[in-house]
Amino acid sequence: MLQRTPLYEIHVAMGGRMVEFAGYELPVQYPTGPTAEHHAVRTAAGLFDIDHMGQFELAGPDVDACLQQLQVWDIRQMQLGDAHYSVLCYDDGTVVDDIFLYKLSGRWLVIVNASNRAKDWEWIEHHLGGYDVALIDRSDELAMLALQGPKAEQILQKLTSYPLHTVATRTAIETEIGGMTVIAGRTGYTGEDGFELYVPTEGVIDFWNLLLATGKEEGLLACGLAARDSLRFEACMPLYGHELSPTINPLEARLGWTISWNKAFIGRETLLKVKLEKPMRVLVGLEMVEKAVPREHYDVAIDGKVIGHVTSGMKSPTLDKFLAMAYVPAEYSAPGTRLDVVVRGQPKQAVVVKRPFYKPKYK
Amino acid sequence: MASYKLDQSVKYAKSHEWARVEDDVVVVGVSDYAQDALSDVVYVDLPEVGDTVTAGKQAATVESVKAAEDVLSPVSGEVVEVNSALEDTPEIVNERPYDAWFFKVKPSNLEADLAALMTPAEYDKFVEELE
Repeated sequence: MLQRTPLYEIHVAMGGRMVEFAGYELPVQYPTGPTAEHHAVRTAAGLFDIDHMGQFELAGPDVDACLQQLQVWDIRQMQLGDAHYSVLCYDDGTVVDDIFLYKLSGRWLVIVNASNRAKDWEWIEHHLGGYDVALIDRSDELAMLALQGPKAEQILQKLTSYPLHTVATRTAIETEIGGMTVIAGRTGYTGEDGFELYVPTEGVIDFWNLLLATGKEEGLLACGLAARDSLRFEACMPLYGHELSPTINPLEARLGWTISWNKAFIGRETLLKVKLEKPMRVLVGLEMVEKAVPREHYDVAIDGKVIGHVTSGMKSPTLDKFLAMAYVPAEYSAPGTRLDVVVRGQPKQAVVVKRPFYKPKYK
Repeated sequence: MASYKLDQSVKYAKSHEWARVEDDVVVVGVSDYAQDALSDVVYVDLPEVGDTVTAGKQAATVESVKAAEDVLSPVSGEVVEVNSALEDTPEIVNERPYDAWFFKVKPSNLEADLAALMTPAEYDKFVEELE
């Protein structure tokens, strides 16, 4: 049985094309179309329903010690109101999930992927043993929206007296916005400035409508999953199930920057070994030299020999190029390396390029 | 599904291509219903002039943000022209599906192939039943 977010009826009324994603019925696009929605986020602003994501709260006397052990980032660096991207790893160093951490007043919020919500809950719960920590699922009472794009601040500012220009990237505030108490984190998954907003579920329909009306003159568009995917793709942000999985470790995924080696965490020993020996395969960015759309699961080959696979690929709406992310053996990962992507049985020339394809524009 | 436009001057295949007879060639494209279902088109892989195509068999590929889909030729014959405008502006498939032709075929079995296609009214009913 597919789940629905509280905004389901709104999406349908807006002409959203509903599809299954991670067990939820969500709009893949609105009648504006994914390309227009993508450009709106790059040039103005876009609003996304991301309430399928899970929101876990952790609190209690041992919460810092527990979280420090659970994930790879050193949370001792984080002040009240800080937010940071991190990864949960298994003992063998592969990825349970990629997460977002918020250090809030008296508690932590851990944002997890919808597809991993049940698995993450179980995994975290399993590792609470010995710690005096309460794990609470806030996913039902908090609805989650993303307001993204260069005009996001300007739009949101009309609804709050909090001076939003003082909110730095990767920090969060809890304040009144549009008459509701909202957690607003200056972060996102698009490569643009913007906010992820945690709103009381009972008010989210009003809040969604209020945001859309408020941002109308700035060109704010409601955006679906397709635009969310193309935006994160251009910024080379990994998507679990594509660039990340229980058979991939964060060093292969080029997420070494999230790992704090100066502390203990689950998976550290294996990962340290991988770090010293260098990963055998790594995630690369590919640009098609011959025109063709590279898509997930397509083979990457050299001289007819398959050496890897595409994890995500598309025609980039912003850069107007055919691009892909793929795992290949480390010896083929240097920018400038020529290889082929096999498109419907035909090898099409591609070249390894630097990541990200699109340099994020944060404030 | 949003409402879609029908072109009265063409016949339709169940796989949502249209065929328009112009003098001695058949012009082929995809229907408004098809382009809407595809979502934004980003690339079109066309046959080569001189290729032999067979009614109901793949002749081109249309790639949208969503997926790659086969375009089947509604008639058999030889490809005599391809629409190179689609290479740089594939979005015209979404914008003007009945102008954005893919290829033209010199038909080898025209009467029988056309008879197997649907009139606009029949296609309208066919699509309605798909919904």
